[in-house]
Amino acid sequence: MNVLGIDTSNQPMSVAVYKDDTLAAELTVNVKRNHSIQLMPSVEQVMKLADLEPKSLDEIVVSEGPGSFTGIRIGMTTAKTLAWTLNIPIKTVSSLKLLASNLIYQDGLVCPYFDARRGNVYTSLYRCNKGEIIEIEKDCNLTMIEWLEYLKSLDEIIYFTSPNGENFEPLIKDELGTKAIVVNQPFNLPRAGLLFALSQYEAETPIHTVKPNYIRITQAEANWNKQHGEGNQNESC
Amino acid sequence: MNQKDEIILALETSCDETAAAIVKGGNQLLSNVVATQMEIHQKFGGVVPEIASRHHIEQITLVIDQALEEANLTINEVDAIAVTEGPGLVGALLVGVNAAKTLAYAHGIPLIGVHHIAGHIYANRLEKEFQFPLLSLVVSGGHTELIYMKEHGDYEVIGETRDDAAGEAYDKVAKALNLPYPGGPVIDQIAHEGNDIYDFPRSWLEPGSYDFSFSGLKTAVINKLHQLKQKGEEFRIEDIAASFQASVVDVLVEKTYRATEELGVNQLIVAGGVSANKGLRVELEKRFNEMDVELMIPPLYLCTDNAAMIGAAASIQYHNQNYKDLSLNANPGLILG
Ligand SMILES: [Zn+2]
Repeated sequence: MNVLGIDTSNQPMSVAVYKDDTLAAELTVNVKRNHSIQLMPSVEQVMKLADLEPKSLDEIVVSEGPGSFTGIRIGMTTAKTLAWTLNIPIKTVSSLKLLASNLIYQDGLVCPYFDARRGNVYTSLYRCNKGEIIEIEKDCNLTMIEWLEYLKSLDEIIYFTSPNGENFEPLIKDELGTKAIVVNQPFNLPRAGLLFALSQYEAETPIHTVKPNYIRITQAEANWNKQHGEGNQNESC
Repeated sequence: MNQKDEIILALETSCDETAAAIVKGGNQLLSNVVATQMEIHQKFGGVVPEIASRHHIEQITLVIDQALEEANLTINEVDAIAVTEGPGLVGALLVGVNAAKTLAYAHGIPLIGVHHIAGHIYANRLEKEFQFPLLSLVVSGGHTELIYMKEHGDYEVIGETRDDAAGEAYDKVAKALNLPYPGGPVIDQIAHEGNDIYDFPRSWLEPGSYDFSFSGLKTAVINKLHQLKQKGEEFRIEDIAASFQASVVDVLVEKTYRATEELGVNQLIVAGGVSANKGLRVELEKRFNEMDVELMIPPLYLCTDNAAMIGAAASIQYHNQNYKDLSLNANPGLILG
């Protein structure tokens, strides 16, 4: 099977091609550049490196978020349109799970997180066990302080990984001390080459309805809900 | 033309409409699909960019699918993909731009980036062939411009708004009158039941200028409302609406008329959402009735944002092989020309 994987959920961009079920080409870029400019040429490039034509693709796998709203939309629009026009299946993988799976052979708890500004993070918790990754807590959006309170209560060593989480590192150390191991670069970069492995366990998503998983409702909706006495529909852990 | 008429699949996502259309040979409309989000944004009193972007991504493949189906075509019969590159809301534009790039790559066909305003002008070509030189008055929520064209694809902006666009002024005045968003249609409607009794200022700017300014008028309306309420005087919002609209229409029509005289154009094209305004249409028709200048106002479905107009404008670029590569980005501040 020939599969294209795409992740543009944060500043790093990663695209990869599987050819006959084998990782054939992967491109990960970690510079501040607009995903909208670089994604399509990068897809073209990895496809060329793998010596594949678009029409020979059998499946698309894309990071659905959370992350940068604009970033995940660029990846999702591209993946969705490509799957639709080639009439092939699309599968989605959590961008947090993709990041955590860098440590899939490191047995123990892994906490991937993205900076969601003003002390907030998008995060979740996984247990890696001999090449398997098991979800312990689903993707959520909350303050890092709250989240660390909970993690501390687990009283276990936790690997923390984030492509943009430097601001939170002192706080993690303060709260968890020796129970926290912060993963250094380049192991903190999402790699699209891992998407195919993860997607094996995911069901196909109907192409027209597939959309990003923002986790957060928009600010305008949150304000409107507040004014009209409706609860906030953001998912918390 | 000896070449076969090209078939262009066009996308438009610059604001709150997700649209796809198929245009053949630059002037034959094969399909025109628009998924509007108007109602979704109504409760916020205006378009919320992040919400617009979220809806675009949910609609994009649906509208493309439907446009092809209604045209009875497969994508393999399409010769080029066109998309609005700007101006507009960046997050909204990005959905169309990335979908267009993907289609161009997947099928190995040319990609054409279109200026939104060029699209509004070319909407008219789906009705009738252009006769140059021509003048275009583009009025919408985001634009008030006078554009002179000597030939296809050649745009010279001779006048533009220095502050609010005409449509924006309508929205703000509607808000002050507690009328729903968008303000244009509702003010236009109630204006017909009122009279121009307040004589709001007309902003002519310096002699000879083709630029516009509507923020002073908007302030004058709001001040008048305050004054009337403070004095406890009775008033009809129909009269306020009629007086406001009379001022906008007066300036638009007079400046446009002067420009057509001075430039000696063959056609006047009116484009953009505000060209649906009945008050404006009636005044333009009166003014241009006995002139040699042919007045062209497209039907309503081509006035508001749509992808057919993008496909029509793209045809010219297709023939000039003015293509974009896969690094095309959304450009919210794209300049026309
Ligand atoms: Zn428009």
